[in-house]
Amino acid sequence: MQRDWSVHPPYLYPDYKSTVLRTPTKLLVPLKHSLSEITGPVYGHEVIGKYDHDLTKNGIKDGEPLGERIVVCGKVMDECGKPIRNTLIEIWQANAAGRYIHKVDQHNAPPDPNFFGAGRCLTDDEGNYKFYTIKPGAYPWGNHYNAWRPNHIHFSLFGNNIASRLITQMYFPGDPLFEFDPIFNGVPAKARSLLISKFKLELTEPGFALGYEFNIVLRGNNETPFETK
Amino acid sequence: MNNKIKMSGANEKLLQTPSQTAGPFFAYGLTPEQYQYDFTSIADGGLADEKNGAALITIAGQVFDGEDQPISDALIEIWQADADGNYHTQYHNIPISPYHFTGFGRMGTGANTETGFTFQTIKPGSAEGQAPHVNVIVFMRGLLTHAYTRIYFSDEVAANSKDIVLNSVEEKRRDTLISQLTATAEGHPVYKFDIHMQGGKETVFFDV
Ligand SMILES: [Fe+3]
Repeated sequence: MQRDWSVHPPYLYPDYKSTVLRTPTKLLVPLKHSLSEITGPVYGHEVIGKYDHDLTKNGIKDGEPLGERIVVCGKVMDECGKPIRNTLIEIWQANAAGRYIHKVDQHNAPPDPNFFGAGRCLTDDEGNYKFYTIKPGAYPWGNHYNAWRPNHIHFSLFGNNIASRLITQMYFPGDPLFEFDPIFNGVPAKARSLLISKFKLELTEPGFALGYEFNIVLRGNNETPFETK
Repeated sequence: MNNKIKMSGANEKLLQTPSQTAGPFFAYGLTPEQYQYDFTSIADGGLADEKNGAALITIAGQVFDGEDQPISDALIEIWQADADGNYHTQYHNIPISPYHFTGFGRMGTGANTETGFTFQTIKPGSAEGQAPHVNVIVFMRGLLTHAYTRIYFSDEVAANSKDIVLNSVEEKRRDTLISQLTATAEGHPVYKFDIHMQGGKETVFFDV
């Protein structure tokens, strides 16, 4: 399967100012897939630590992290709906106040000594994953006057090979900042809703955490026969 | 299937999840050890050392923007075959490399004093008759969708001249894909490979 340019953002999207000097200006050169593109790194449980999937625990120094606990789950699959099993997902995000632990984040919202903000897990045999974390806060950035990023969690996935590699962002339903955010709006209109998680009461854990569902569709293999439903 | 995209026809496929920029703050999640955060890295710039039993090489370079300024918040991933031209993956049932070599590396360009990336690896062999090459994925703030390129080697003139991918690129741009053997460090070759996002030296990026 090819990258579907009707859903992915273009390289140049001038409202997002950093694209102007950083995106390729010449046409991409077509490349027939060889073994180089249809293979990719394979990771297993050896890279997953005990609390790597639980960001409410993996950064604790002397207490619970502040903010609204959430559970984020979903299924990773290819375009035919076939689950992508045992594939690595890495996430990173701001804390509840909208501050990243990253050393160059200069936003003056408070860091949380008990929240690191990064984690990883593998999908299971049905392609499902689950993270526990804290709902990230919105944060300001310098793109334009009064620019704020909607609440989001960064996701990184490999899938079956390097052609299915994806870095994306998961958003939360009903965010009032969507219409002002050029990173979100860089995605063609028909595909924007694919980046918005769904609140689900059935995923919500009583007395503990609100549940959000975020399914992810990666490019499948050319040789995968289409499964008719 | 509990999926947000409804399949209305038997042959309708699910839409791919759209890409988004990695942003400026990926380092503590994706390259934590390189940037000295308290979290393990799944990969770094050291793909191989003397124990891998194959000749080591270094590939080093910088990433430049349209004003030729080095970019300090890019993330570079490489994926390559081992010295025999085998990719180390279970998916294609290729036996585990005799070099105990995974072939995947990842580096941010902002942790070193010189803005850029350095991979210590082994020189890939030829896979499927292609000239030896390293596959590269480029992410950064300002790139809403990642870019793919390849690193070929300046001392593989004969193989490069027959390579089907290099030959598919217009001749005057082929040089942007060829790393230059510039020096040796501790007795092993150092290849220089800069990535130019724009301008007269704009690197060839592929529609992978
Ligand atoms: Fe962010």
